[in-house]
Amino acid sequence: MSNKKEHSTCYHCGDKCDVETIQYDEKSFCCNGCKTVYQIFSENDLTCYYDFQNAPGSTPSEISDKYDFLDNQEIATKLLDFNDDKHQIITLYIPNIHCSSCIWVLENLNKLNASVTGSQVNFPKKTVRITYLNNSVSLKQLVLMLSSIGYEPYISLEDYSSGKKAIDRKLIYKLGVAGFAFGNIMFLSFPEYFEVSEFWLERYKHVFRWLMLVFSIPVVFYSGWDYFVSAFKGLRAKMLNIDVPIALGITVLFVRSSAEVILDLGSGFFDSLTGLIFFLLLGKFFQQRTYSFLSFERDYKSYFPIAVTRITSEKKEETIQIYDIKKGDRLLIRNMELIPVDGILISNKALIDYSFVTGEAEAVKKISGDKLFAGGKQKSGVIEIEVLSSVEQSYLTQLWSNEAFKDDKVKAYQSLIDSISKRFTVAVLTIAFVATAYWLYVDASKALNVFTAVLIIACPCAIALASPFTLGNMLRIFGKQKFYLKNSNVIERLTKISTIIFDKTGTITTNKKSEISYKGDALIDSEEQLLYNALRASNHPLSRQIYESLPVKETIVLDQFEEVLGKGINASFSTKVIKIGSSSFVGKRENLQDLLTTVHVSIGENYKGYFVLKNAYRSGLSEVFKELKDSKLVILSGDNEGEKERLSALLPKNAKLLFNQNPQQKLDFVKEIQEKGEKVLMMGDGLNDAGALAQSDVGVVISENINVFSPACDGILDATNFKKLSKYLSVTKKAINVIKWSLILSFMYNITGLYFAVTGQLEPVIAAILMPLSSISIVIFTTISTNVIGRSIK
Amino acid sequence: MNIIYLLLTVSVIVAIFFFVIFILSVKKGQFDDVYTPSVRMLFEDEIIKKVENKNTTNTEKQI
Repeated sequence: MSNKKEHSTCYHCGDKCDVETIQYDEKSFCCNGCKTVYQIFSENDLTCYYDFQNAPGSTPSEISDKYDFLDNQEIATKLLDFNDDKHQIITLYIPNIHCSSCIWVLENLNKLNASVTGSQVNFPKKTVRITYLNNSVSLKQLVLMLSSIGYEPYISLEDYSSGKKAIDRKLIYKLGVAGFAFGNIMFLSFPEYFEVSEFWLERYKHVFRWLMLVFSIPVVFYSGWDYFVSAFKGLRAKMLNIDVPIALGITVLFVRSSAEVILDLGSGFFDSLTGLIFFLLLGKFFQQRTYSFLSFERDYKSYFPIAVTRITSEKKEETIQIYDIKKGDRLLIRNMELIPVDGILISNKALIDYSFVTGEAEAVKKISGDKLFAGGKQKSGVIEIEVLSSVEQSYLTQLWSNEAFKDDKVKAYQSLIDSISKRFTVAVLTIAFVATAYWLYVDASKALNVFTAVLIIACPCAIALASPFTLGNMLRIFGKQKFYLKNSNVIERLTKISTIIFDKTGTITTNKKSEISYKGDALIDSEEQLLYNALRASNHPLSRQIYESLPVKETIVLDQFEEVLGKGINASFSTKVIKIGSSSFVGKRENLQDLLTTVHVSIGENYKGYFVLKNAYRSGLSEVFKELKDSKLVILSGDNEGEKERLSALLPKNAKLLFNQNPQQKLDFVKEIQEKGEKVLMMGDGLNDAGALAQSDVGVVISENINVFSPACDGILDATNFKKLSKYLSVTKKAINVIKWSLILSFMYNITGLYFAVTGQLEPVIAAILMPLSSISIVIFTTISTNVIGRSIK
Repeated sequence: MNIIYLLLTVSVIVAIFFFVIFILSVKKGQFDDVYTPSVRMLFEDEIIKKVENKNTTNTEKQI
C-alpha cells in the first residue's frame, strides 16, 4: 500500500490514474472503460489510433437503455439521410471529435463492423456520415458501437424535427463567376494598356473590347445583383446604406464602358468593374465565416430527447416520440433523464435538478402529487409521472413564443459603415455635380466624362472592405481565444454596452468544485482515515468533492459499506461505525438554515460535525468585476438569497442583486432597463436565461463544455477564459478604431483618384491600378492591425 | 494575325471548361469541408492483405 497517489497517466485518455490503475498489455489505464476501448482497438487492428496523437481517447460513458428509441422505425427513419432496401445513411453529430485520431478511427469503422461500408468525417462540423447495410446492423447497434469506443453521438429533438437544411452556396457561385471573369478581362485589357497605337492592335482591339463586354455581363447582372437589390430597398426605406454608392458606381461603370465600346469612343473600364465586384464579394465571403460545429440558434428542441418511455394501460413500457405525448399519459423517467413535459409525480419521491431551467443550484425534493416542470433532470432512480400538458404547451416552451426571440438584432442596429455611407454618398454626388457644372462652363465636351469619372473613382470599394475584413479577422481571433461570436455585427454592438447582467448559477459559479469547510469536533487520525475511505467508496458527487478536499490517508478495506440513495453512507471498520449524509440520516435534528448544502458526520453514537459546501465562484471573478467598473453591473439569479452577502462583497456599491427570478422576470428586467436607454450585455448559461439572452442587445452564454447544448445567443464564451472578459470588451473598441483608421486610408485613395477624375484625366489604366491597389492595401492594413490588437488578449 | 481569332476562341473554351468543372464540384459539395481532406491525405493506405495478415498472426500466436 503506498501513501502517494499514482501518477501514471492513462494511455488511452491522458487523465491521471488517480482512483485506480489498471495494467494491461504493458500500458496503464485509468479505468475499465478506457482499457476496454483499447482492447477493442487492438483486437480489430486499429492501434494506429494512438499513433497520430498522444492519449487521443476519452472514457466511454455508461448508457443502458438510452438508445432504445432507435428501435422505433418511425423515429429512426426520420433521422436517416437515405434509406432503401439495402443501405442506410445517417449523419451523426459527435461532440467528442477533436483530433486527427478521431478522424482516422471514425473513417475506419469498417474494421470494427464489416456492415459499415463507408464513413466520412466532417471535422469542422464534428459530424460523421455513415453508410451501412441495414440488414446486418441496425441504427441502434451502430450508435451503441460508437458509444463503446468513446464517440457517443448527440441526438436531440432538433435533428428529428428540423430535417436537413440545404447548404447555401450562392455566394461561392457568385464569387466564382466574378473571379473567373475578372481574371480573363484583366488579360484581355493588357494589349490596350501596353501598346497604344500599334497597327495590328488598331485592327483587333474591337475583338478584345467586345469580349470584355460579354464577360462582364454575367458579373454585373448575376454576381452584383445583391447590391442593386439592397440599394433599392435602402432607397425605398429612405436610408442611404453603403450599397447605394456601390450600386451607383457599378451602374455608371457599366453604362459608360458599354457606351464607349459600342460607340467606339474608348476601351471602357471593364477590368475595374469586375475587379470591384470581385473584391466586394470577397469581403462578404470573408465576413460570413462561421463556426460550423456550434449553433447559436438552439432552442429547447436541442436540449430535449426525441423519445420517452410511456407506460400503457396494460402496464407495458413502450417508446414514443415526445410529440406524441398526450395529457393523462403515464411516463417512466429514469435516472439522469430529462422530464420532457409538465406533469404530476406519481411515484413517492423524486429528486429533480432544475439548475439548467430555473437556476436553482440544489436539486429539489418532490413528493407524490407535486407538479414537475419540463426541463428538469431526474437524479435519484426511476420515477413515474402523469402528463399535464403536451410538449408545446409546457411552461418552458411557452417562453420561446415570446417576441423577444423573433427580433432580428442585426437589422435593428445601424452599423458604423452605414452611418458613414450616408454622408459619403451625399459628398460624392455634390462633388460630381460641382465638377460637371465647372466643366460645362469651361469645356462642355469634357463634362459628361468628368461626371461619370467622379462617380466611378469614388466608388467605395475600400470603404466597403474595411469593415468585413476587420470584423471578420476579429471573429477569427476571438474564436482562437474560445470566444465564439455569431456574426460580425455582434462586435459592433459590444462596443456600445452600458450595463452588464450576470446570471449566478453556472455563469459566475462553477459546478466543478465547491468551497468546503468543516464545522464541528475535530476527528482523530483513525476517524479521519475511516471518513476518507468511506467517501472513497461512494460515487455520489458530494462524496467525491469532499473526498478530494481531504488530505490523503492510508487506504483500508472497509468491513461494511452501504449507500442509501438520497440519504447517506453507512460504513464500518474494526470497531468504528461511521454515518455520513443528511442530518436526519445521521441522527441530528435539522435546525440549520436550509439554504446551505451540508453533509453531516457521526461516528459511533456521537455526532461529530458537518461539512458545508458553498458555491465556488469562478477564479478571477472579483478581478473581472473590478475591471468592468465602467459599466453598471447586475446579478439576476434564479436561486435563493443565500449568497447575497458574499456577492455584495465582490461587487461595486451600486450593483443590483436580484434573486428568485424566473425566466420571464429576467426578460422583463432587461426590457425595463433597455427602455431607460441602457444597452445590455447578458451573460447566462441555461434555459432559464434564454429569454433575457434574446431580449438583451448582446447575449453571451458561458459554457464549460461548448459541445453541449447552450441556448440561443449571440456568443459563446468558454468558461476557462472567463477572466478575459474585460479584455474582450476593450479589444472590440480597438477594432472599431482600426476600421476608422482604414476609412481614413481609403479616403486618401479616393482623394487621389478624384484629382484625376475632376481634371478629366481619368484613363482606364489609372482606375485599374487605383482600385485593386486601394483594396489590397486596406485588406493588409486591417489584417495586420487586428492581429496586433489581438495579441493583447493573450 | 488572323490566328488571334483561333487563339482567343480556344483559350476561352478551355477557361469555360474549367469554370464549369468548378461549378459542378461546388454543387456536389466538395468544397463544403475544406479542413478534413487536409488531414485525411496524411493517413497511410493499408495494404489489402489485411485479412491474410490476421490469419497468419493468429496461427503465429497459437504456435
